[in-house]
Amino acid sequence: MDLSLIIMQLLSGIALGAVLVITALGLTIVFGMLGVVNFAHGALFMIGAYAGLYLASLTGSFWWGLLLAPILIGAFGMVIEFVLIRRLYGRSIDDPLLLTFGLSYILVEGVRIVFGSDGIPFPTPPQLIGVLDLGVGIFPRYRLFVIVLVAVVLLALWLTLEKTRIGLIVRAGARDPTIMQVLGVDIGRVWLAIFGLGVGLAALGGVLAGPMRSVNPEMGSLVLAEAFVVTVIGGLGSIVGAVVAGLMVGVSISLVALFAPEMATIVMFALMAVVLLIRPQGLFGVRGRTA
Amino acid sequence: MPKSGSTSKITRRSALAGLSASAALLAMPRIGRAADETIRIGFPTPLTGPFAAEARDQVKCAELAVKLVNDKGGIGGRKVELLVRDDKLNAGEAATRTLELIEKDKVHAVVGALSSAVQLAVNEVTRARGVIYVSISQSDTINEAKDFSKFTFHEALNPHMTTAAVARQTLKKGMKVAHLVADYAYGHEMLRGFKRAQAAIGADNVGEILHPFGAADYSTFMPRLMSMRPDVLCISNFGRDQANAIKQAVDFGVKQQMKIVVPVILHNQRLAVGPEVFEGVVGGANYYWGLEAQSKSAAAFNAAFKAANGGAIPTDYGAYGYSGVGSLLAAMQTAGGTDTDKVVDALEKLQYDLTKGPQHYRKCDHQSVQSVLVLESKKKSAMAGENDLFAILANEAGSDDMLRTCSELGHAT
Repeated sequence: MDLSLIIMQLLSGIALGAVLVITALGLTIVFGMLGVVNFAHGALFMIGAYAGLYLASLTGSFWWGLLLAPILIGAFGMVIEFVLIRRLYGRSIDDPLLLTFGLSYILVEGVRIVFGSDGIPFPTPPQLIGVLDLGVGIFPRYRLFVIVLVAVVLLALWLTLEKTRIGLIVRAGARDPTIMQVLGVDIGRVWLAIFGLGVGLAALGGVLAGPMRSVNPEMGSLVLAEAFVVTVIGGLGSIVGAVVAGLMVGVSISLVALFAPEMATIVMFALMAVVLLIRPQGLFGVRGRTA
Repeated sequence: MPKSGSTSKITRRSALAGLSASAALLAMPRIGRAADETIRIGFPTPLTGPFAAEARDQVKCAELAVKLVNDKGGIGGRKVELLVRDDKLNAGEAATRTLELIEKDKVHAVVGALSSAVQLAVNEVTRARGVIYVSISQSDTINEAKDFSKFTFHEALNPHMTTAAVARQTLKKGMKVAHLVADYAYGHEMLRGFKRAQAAIGADNVGEILHPFGAADYSTFMPRLMSMRPDVLCISNFGRDQANAIKQAVDFGVKQQMKIVVPVILHNQRLAVGPEVFEGVVGGANYYWGLEAQSKSAAAFNAAFKAANGGAIPTDYGAYGYSGVGSLLAAMQTAGGTDTDKVVDALEKLQYDLTKGPQHYRKCDHQSVQSVLVLESKKKSAMAGENDLFAILANEAGSDDMLRTCSELGHAT
């Protein structure tokens, strides 16, 4: 087994992990800050891919789709929060869970009715078609782009949360919403923004996955399961956890695929089982947290 | 291949053992069957899941076959009705639905199923109940003595036929061949077919990777496949898996290094990922609408389908729905009704030409002897219109020579 093969395999794992990270991040932020387990996250990922495709064909450029779809679907997420989710804050965790579960069915069926249940081609942007010779082997340009873009988004997100006033309000709001209200912060608007951000990240994941996988109404269901596994491994609500666990899952799948390809899907769940046995709260989770 | 078909067969059998036991308990006397006016055909197919696009085409075509017979006054004055059930691509679900079709809906025969594992489950039920089953999914084992019964007919091509035809068009002596295979019955059977064909041609096997069924990402298999440095990569999977696997192989630059070959090239999956991705991919097929240039029956089938479906063209797996139901109805016509023994007899003697040329069911194993197409996906600039997807590389006429012999399948000769 030569070194270049292992490097290429690692890179494939990181690219796979990058999509997982961005998707799991949206799930974990919404859970961590709002206490909402969003079962519609996978469907919103799928809607994101369709929106990206639609906007790309409308404007003639993938880049507009990549930029606008997360914003548009994020705004749609805000509407969902304002109209539906908001009414359920403070109730048991099952209520928003059931609501979003139902919502995902509606979204998937809606897409089936409008676009049909066959897949739709999502061409790779012309600038990113083909492979790049990295010296140790060749790797698809598009997947390298995904790795870089996800890194940039993560950095931007981290800076916003850690270094800005908005980030401060968001973090404080997650810890003690009552005090924030006393201090004169409209906490409702914070929640609205957070849900929009979470949904926007799901949509971004969908647009990024579009040119790699076929775009179809069911594409979100598998992703939802993966995102949940990543979130659980990393610790519910932990942003760092989502990043670490996402990359860990991607690389594990990839390395296992090298030696025992039949096991490639199962390894993710095995990893989750091991982590839950050793640290039930997840790698970066807080013990005893119940949202 | 450490875990071949044998393990999957054990699970299928053990899963069905419980089911057939409960079926025996529920078994009711079949009363009033002969008095029924309409002829009912059960049609289990995976309307939901990754094969849904192919399944819906099958339903459309099966309905067309029924409609054409009804328009001509039915069979002996009796109308035909198609009872479509969603088998959800699950063997247990399919067995339950089939049992319901037989016991509750009192169907006279069953046609359908689209996954190799699911069709074998349907076959176990129909065989136990003595009901005719015309399978329209590719399988090599359904014709073998242990799975076979006199009620079992296989209208679809089988992996042995398609892989051999594709290999003849693409492999040469000394070529290096690698395989990416879906880890379930269909993939295993296709791999077995390809390996047999490549051994006969004298091509070398350089490696095989089994991937989980229904995987969304194939990128993790690509570096290793490329490190094997094959001349040809055979991707043996079905439905959406095919579209995703080919797309990601192309992204990784696989096509610059090797040729991509599939046992069955799917019309719908080519549409789902576009011409750029499929360009140059070669695969086998039972049907392609473009055959109408050289076949009268293809032209007639296309015309009838277009008339019934707003100008749309029929697809490969759709055509199976038409020929599967069509051949059964033709045999019922000859038998003058639905008497099982008479219909079985008529099917064995039937010479039919519904979509692409002459076909008949071989007596020993009830495999439909028919032509095999080998298609190559056209590049975008070579397409005359949006439906002009493939070039026909070969149209191998049907003959017993393309099948394994009856004794090889374990039948008494």
